[in-house]
Amino acid sequence: MAKVLILGAGISGHTAALIARRKLEKKHEVIVVSPNSNYQWVPSNIWIGVGLMKPDQVKFALAPVYKKQGILFKQAAGISIHPEGDSSSESGYVKIKYTAGDLKDTEENVSYDFLINATGPKLNFAATEGLGPDKFTNSVCTYDHAAHAWTNLQIALAKMEQGEKQRFLIGTGHPMCTCQGAAFEYILNIAFEINKRKLNHLAELNWISNEYEMGDFGMGGAYVKSGGYVTPTKIFAESIFKQYNINWITKAGVTKVEPGIAHYENLDGEYLTKEFDFAMLIPSFAGVGLKAYDKLGEDISAKMFAPNGLMKVDADYNPKPYEDWKAADWPSIYQSPCYDNIYASGIAFAPPHPISKPMKSKNGTQINPTPPRTGMPSGVMGKIVAENIVDRIKTGSKEHPHKASMAQMGAACIVSAGYGIMQGQAAVMTVYPIVPDWDKYPKWGRNISYTVGEIGLAGHWMKLFMHYMFLYKAKALPFWWIIPE
Amino acid sequence: MKVQEGKTTPYSDQSFATEPTGMTKFLRTFHLLQIIRFFVLNLKIMRIVVGGHS
Repeated sequence: MAKVLILGAGISGHTAALIARRKLEKKHEVIVVSPNSNYQWVPSNIWIGVGLMKPDQVKFALAPVYKKQGILFKQAAGISIHPEGDSSSESGYVKIKYTAGDLKDTEENVSYDFLINATGPKLNFAATEGLGPDKFTNSVCTYDHAAHAWTNLQIALAKMEQGEKQRFLIGTGHPMCTCQGAAFEYILNIAFEINKRKLNHLAELNWISNEYEMGDFGMGGAYVKSGGYVTPTKIFAESIFKQYNINWITKAGVTKVEPGIAHYENLDGEYLTKEFDFAMLIPSFAGVGLKAYDKLGEDISAKMFAPNGLMKVDADYNPKPYEDWKAADWPSIYQSPCYDNIYASGIAFAPPHPISKPMKSKNGTQINPTPPRTGMPSGVMGKIVAENIVDRIKTGSKEHPHKASMAQMGAACIVSAGYGIMQGQAAVMTVYPIVPDWDKYPKWGRNISYTVGEIGLAGHWMKLFMHYMFLYKAKALPFWWIIPE
Repeated sequence: MKVQEGKTTPYSDQSFATEPTGMTKFLRTFHLLQIIRFFVLNLKIMRIVVGGHS
């Protein structure tokens, strides 16, 4: 009997758990450890943030789903990994701490044969002074944050209805954060809602981002075929902003937020400020703070994790200049180089380097996006990691037939630009591969025939369709496994 | 989305950006075309999903 332990029940961990359980015989055990009781479909949080969905529409309780599937669920946070066991045990285990119920705050050692670290990110608001829903800005990173943002947005809208001008500042809240797409969606949805209420004349909408140019999205931008041209996504993104009357500031790293004022540094080394009445700034991501210890109790965290707390896997982490980056630097099976029965998928794995070109201000501050791994890539990684583990359990082989490098994997991103069955809009973007491969595709970095950038009502229907489809799949309802990641 | 027409500030970032024409904006919510695009775009995504990992 084998024991598969999965830390995290987000898109990657939950996908891995369902697939492992479905493909393994019942004698094998699948255990999920997550500090949260609910699964959330993160892409729809945007609609909570503008009051068009309730948190209950994007989440559901994990325990009943896992019970039905025969997955053991422990609502707890992972504290430390002990891959070699300790003086009293030969097998690897993870120390966990329960976060709810009768066992709250109780610690337990959970042994495993295979471990998947799919803990996702720690929303590192503390990395930027004054950032976050407990301080002076809003967030849409979780359904609770998004609901809180909607409460504050309603206050701003009410002021506008009384004739008071409001300044909105949306974007990235740290010089090196990712998830520009979520902020992009949010500002477009706010603009759409303001327009719906005919309050445009009272709104000043500002975008602030660590991207070198608009449309970078942390993936070095892309090229799309449009109107008889192949154009960079900069044109695409700027065009949408112009249509929605949104101003933009790029090459900017927010370093501090005070009530109503964001302080930022730009690549020219200038220290500037932007005032706001309502701000939603995405925080930087870090690992969740898992530690690792060897058999003797020595701290081996630095060996297993990158300095930001994300887990090292089968990537090439040797520092090299941007010009020398290769597709082969990116991991394909997400296996720890230290222990072959440990994997990290989704946001929990440490990318070998950014996708966007690293930039430094004249003062030496690094200002560039880190790589996005949310949504579709996270699900695909969870899937192939689970499939490889299932193969290893069934065959005893150490081969990994399933691979999904971000340099060989495509991704689709549907960016909501307004909610409404008849008048809603969304930008559909697809890229293949996610990480540009300039050796294979020297002209555009990616396969241009797979790349799409299109805005319209069809995109909104697709985003809405995917909301229901992926929640159906996550609930493991009949034939869930037919739906691809 | 019909945004109220604003004033262009010369030499602002916005002034250098492209802007969709009225026809482009109309087509973005023209249901007949959008129904077709819905299926076309889904097929394009499925092509990526199927070919994206082994």
